[in-house]
Amino acid sequence: MSGAPPSPPPLIRLTGVTKIYGHGQASMAALRGIDLDIGEGEFVAVMGPSGSGKSTCMNILGCLDTPTRGSYLFRGVSVEDLGRNQRAMLRRHYLGFVFQGFNLLNRTSALENVELPLIYRGLPAGQRRAAARKALAAVGLSDWEGHTPGELSGGQQQRVAIARAIVTEPAVLFADEPTGNLDTARSREIMELLTTLNREHGLTVVMVTHEPDMALYAKRTVHFVDGKVAADTNGEGG
Amino acid sequence: MLWNALLLALREIRRNVLRSVLTTLGIVIGVAAVITMVTIGGGATAQVTQQIASLGTNLLIIRPGQRLGMGQRGIAPPFKLEDAVAIAREIPSIAAVAPSASQSATAITGNANWSTAAYGVDNRYLAVRNLTIQEGRPFSDGDLRAGRAVCILGATVRKELFGTQNPLGSNIRLGKISCQVIGLLEAKGQSTMGRDQDDIILLPLRTFQRRIAGNQEISLIQVSVREGIATEKAQADLEQLMRERRRIGPGEDDDFQVRDMKEVAQMLTGTTRILTSLLGAVAAVSLLVGGIGIMNIMLVSVTERTREIGIRLAIGALEREVLLQFLVEAVVLSSFGGVAGILLAMVASLGMSRLLEVPFILNPGIIVLAFFFSAAVGVIFGFFPARKAARLDPIEALRHE
Ligand SMILES: Nc1ncnc2c1ncn2[C@@H]1O[C@H](COP(=O)(O)OP(=O)(O)OP(=O)(O)O)[C@@H](O)[C@H]1O
Ligand SMILES: [Mg+2]
Repeated sequence: MSGAPPSPPPLIRLTGVTKIYGHGQASMAALRGIDLDIGEGEFVAVMGPSGSGKSTCMNILGCLDTPTRGSYLFRGVSVEDLGRNQRAMLRRHYLGFVFQGFNLLNRTSALENVELPLIYRGLPAGQRRAAARKALAAVGLSDWEGHTPGELSGGQQQRVAIARAIVTEPAVLFADEPTGNLDTARSREIMELLTTLNREHGLTVVMVTHEPDMALYAKRTVHFVDGKVAADTNGEGG
Repeated sequence: MLWNALLLALREIRRNVLRSVLTTLGIVIGVAAVITMVTIGGGATAQVTQQIASLGTNLLIIRPGQRLGMGQRGIAPPFKLEDAVAIAREIPSIAAVAPSASQSATAITGNANWSTAAYGVDNRYLAVRNLTIQEGRPFSDGDLRAGRAVCILGATVRKELFGTQNPLGSNIRLGKISCQVIGLLEAKGQSTMGRDQDDIILLPLRTFQRRIAGNQEISLIQVSVREGIATEKAQADLEQLMRERRRIGPGEDDDFQVRDMKEVAQMLTGTTRILTSLLGAVAAVSLLVGGIGIMNIMLVSVTERTREIGIRLAIGALEREVLLQFLVEAVVLSSFGGVAGILLAMVASLGMSRLLEVPFILNPGIIVLAFFFSAAVGVIFGFFPARKAARLDPIEALRHE
């Protein structure tokens, strides 16, 4: 970056991001001009009614989807200008994603699911296995590493998905309702885990949640309404 | 990267045993069917070729009557012994001339009778037809000149009339005459046309003409051409000579026909070759059906696999890494199926060639062809749907239902 701005560019800057599904008469805008900055090391909760565009925005942030209009800067790099492979590399090295619907590989053990991102990173088998076991231990699933998604409860699958997202030690973790399928005790454990990762490892966390209790773990809450940021409140965390 | 792809591919194969087995099975069946059919076809062709070679390809056969079309002949005066003598005298490119006359006859011994074909011949007939005396002797000059009542039996006649007894020296009744068995022919088996070549009784020509046929006619002259001389040349000379002898004016059609056994051989080889290509076509269809089977399985699994591709892309796999994995999967399955198919084909065609009594001749070309065709089908249908999916945005691949 040229010039000498007093502060470095934020980790993430969305400007006027719009997402329109469909064409012509049938088209509908899921996002209508989102402006959002997220700094390095933040813990952001995204809230809002169902259908307000939270998942759509997260997918764009996670480089899984492309906006119809608007710009996305990641560490000052314009994501729209990146090629497919560069975007894949961005996901591989910097972004972790936890899906609302898990998206684990079927008939594949928890351990192998968690190992998968490390295979693409080219880690040798021994290190890969050790890191995957550590991540599974972090989500409390050490005893379940041989189980396939079909043999795990929804909450357990969600934790495998979280382990898979954090095993690569990404810069940002995008989590779309990571506690949506968990009971309160488990949800708290997951939130403690994310908080620890955020505090001690500087992991930036952006998390969608419907539960105000869970949003309390975040330092900042962004409210989506009808495809727009309706409120952005800071300093509630505790 | 290749190592990773191999690791991921093998994991996927292991996880989806049923899908992998079905894909492989399609290839196994296709490959095995093609190779087996072509091998059997090739064996049959080789057998026919061998039989033709035993017939002799330097043989010309002359019959009275003009050629009217498939196997039909018009009425024409028969040959005489003098025609055969003239051929031997006047055409230098000819090695041997064997005139013969034949008719069906019933042979009777004390307690058996057998309806067979009696031939009036001389010893040159044996040479021209590749017949061997197994026991006893050929006709002597005296037998031939005096028209003695002696005969040589084919293996079938011998078996039917005498069973396991030795017929040499015994007498059999043939029509009005009783003749002594002086020789036995070695068995020749069935001809290419399916006729039993051992169901014959040979008599001296003169004996046959006088005592069985009651006329001087020669129904067939067989001529063998000298080694190294084109049969076409000998045939032309023969036709020329016979036209002169039978006084056929210029512009008139021949009233006899000369057949070159080489042509017959070529026709037979052609027929078996058509048969082989037919078998090959049937086999190709089964290969195609196998290929469609593979294609279906691959396409049916595309829904699940598209989601899998979406997951891989979402966690940072490159398009080419995903594709390489799918390619390796397809190659591993197809080549495994191909090898299994080849082994199955070996066993099947060995068994069938035993059963059908044709020689077992492997055609390496078809093995290679079948293998690569099925591998190509597996790779194409394993690879292209994957390529389509890997080009989507990860979220679209994940949403695929
Ligand atoms: N692939 C799609 N095609 C068409 N419309 C879509 C698609 N995905 C989302 N939408 C629409 O976009 C809008 C926003 O959807 P989104 O999934 O972002 O909502 P959300 O805020 O995540 O809701 P929830 O809290 O229920 O998960 C919704 O009206 C939805 O119907
Ligand atoms: Mg959502």
